[in-house]
Amino acid sequence: MNFIALKMLTGDRAKYLGLIFTIAFCTFLLENQTSIFAGILRRTGSQIKDVTDAEIWVMDPKTEYFEQTKALKDTDLTRVRGIEGVQWAVKLFKGSPVARTLDGKFAVAFCLGLDDATLTGAPRKMVLGSWERLREPDSIVIDKAGYALLFPDEPLQVDRTIEINDHKANIVGISDASAPFVSWPVIHTRYSQAVNFVGRERTQLSYVLVQPQPGVSAQELTQRIEAQTGLRARTSEQFQWDCVLYYLKHTGIPVNFGITIAIALIVGIVVAGQTFYIFTIENLKQFGALKAIGVTNWRITRMIVLQALTVGTMGFSIGSGLCALFFAITLNNPPTRGLVLMWQNAIGTGVAILVVIVLASLISIRRVLVLEPAEVFRG
Amino acid sequence: MDSEIAVQCRGVEKAFGNGGGKVLALRGVDLDVRYGEMTLLVGPSGCGKTTLLSVIAGLLNTSAGEVKVLGEQIERLPGRQQILFRRKNLGFVFQQYNLLPALTAAENGAVPLLAAGVPRRKAIGEAKRLLSTLGMSDRVDALPKQLSGGEQQRVALTRALIHEPRLLVCDEPTAALDADTGQAVMELLAAEAVRPERAVIVVTHDNRIFGFADTIARMDDGRILSVDSEPNVAVNTQFIPSQRVQEEVFA
Repeated sequence: MNFIALKMLTGDRAKYLGLIFTIAFCTFLLENQTSIFAGILRRTGSQIKDVTDAEIWVMDPKTEYFEQTKALKDTDLTRVRGIEGVQWAVKLFKGSPVARTLDGKFAVAFCLGLDDATLTGAPRKMVLGSWERLREPDSIVIDKAGYALLFPDEPLQVDRTIEINDHKANIVGISDASAPFVSWPVIHTRYSQAVNFVGRERTQLSYVLVQPQPGVSAQELTQRIEAQTGLRARTSEQFQWDCVLYYLKHTGIPVNFGITIAIALIVGIVVAGQTFYIFTIENLKQFGALKAIGVTNWRITRMIVLQALTVGTMGFSIGSGLCALFFAITLNNPPTRGLVLMWQNAIGTGVAILVVIVLASLISIRRVLVLEPAEVFRG
Repeated sequence: MDSEIAVQCRGVEKAFGNGGGKVLALRGVDLDVRYGEMTLLVGPSGCGKTTLLSVIAGLLNTSAGEVKVLGEQIERLPGRQQILFRRKNLGFVFQQYNLLPALTAAENGAVPLLAAGVPRRKAIGEAKRLLSTLGMSDRVDALPKQLSGGEQQRVALTRALIHEPRLLVCDEPTAALDADTGQAVMELLAAEAVRPERAVIVVTHDNRIFGFADTIARMDDGRILSVDSEPNVAVNTQFIPSQRVQEEVFA
């Protein structure tokens, strides 16, 4: 009987294609919007994720996310180093100077000042040049997107000069840093150099990067640091989530995306559900005949579920394919770089689509199950 | 006729609705339908023919009385057993054919076998064979919309007979057909459906087909008015098929 169900479905070509298109559209919209939403929120922790040398970030107790820094005292670094289980701890500066090309094009930038001695936190994914050259005077590494922003349509090239807050800086490397939340260039330099760029203040220490000793868990060490210094200590992963949650709570981004996602779901449920329901109603006479002939309700239920699963699977596959194609095309564009179709979003969307088609088929199944087979004798 | 009784109705009543809106569609129907015979249930519209047919087929339960079909009281069987009983023992021909529009003639004809779990290829092969017997060998792959009314009814007849049911119930099988085609379908029904081990019940108010009946039960107002086991209507309704019908049916 499965082939009968499938032939009934494909026989009504207009509704069949309409159902597939609706579900594909719904899938595309859901996967696209949730992936962009998740990707943008992940960007809030990009600079934390890119620091792969240290597992723990120590900061002011009131710090809630990466952008919100209050400088620590230099003695805080010493206090952290003195805690049992700390293998090493180094300072990290974060500032927002203005980078300007000699042609006058400028942009506010993220400037990360790395420990002069160890260069902990230096970008490991280099497109051109070398992060080791940061030891040279006035040297900086800029990210590829930032370079493209300052030098549009120009080939990547090291040993170019820019000004950072009116201080000359030499580009010694171009990194492939993860995209930040805002499209600012990401500049890495030495701590002393960064302080020089931004201007000396009473306190400059934004973060302390800490690596636990072998055998000491990062989670355990964060608790120890917080207890003994009164500072806030988070693992890299925790700090990235802090950023995500901060933006979720304090920006309009979730509402904006939520509306689009809700519309996609409503369109999916209403249009797909209604079309599927009409499709079933138009076949009611035939289902009645099948019931009279001796096809059980259970068999008819399976036929309808098979029809729903077929259009659901095809629509979901087409929608997912289109969404993957979209992200493949936009992956290397500077504004959308790093935004990908995440498997979690694909699975979540699959579950949502499954709910949509289950709801649609349940309404249709109910209508068929209550149908009296004797109805078929009524002309 | 001394043939064995296939369907026995005793004091059958069927009411629809409750209280003041209650309508008695059947009022104490007594009827015997014998194997090897074609029994016509005739009467004016709304007299209860189709209700009685539905009750006999196990599609409606009685409000009172007893219906035995092939020795079983269908409405006393558990739900699933009722369905299986219908699937195995009953064949249906509907007024509007009720063919599945997406299936070919052969696939439509094979539906009862497919519902019984017969492999698709075997079931469709069997349907093609039966369709050929009914003069449709060149139309087995046609969709219902590509078939004439008479051809669709022959597909419906194939679907009704393919699983060799012991009781065939037909609801106004000629109502949607022109006179010639209707007569041709009835000829096929008489030739292919009536068997010693099978009973055929036809609900109709088309008096042109009365000549095919072995028994005619006349109904009015929910009651059987008369049962004529030797109807003398053949002469009055003697059917001489047109040239077109002869070619179509006996090709």
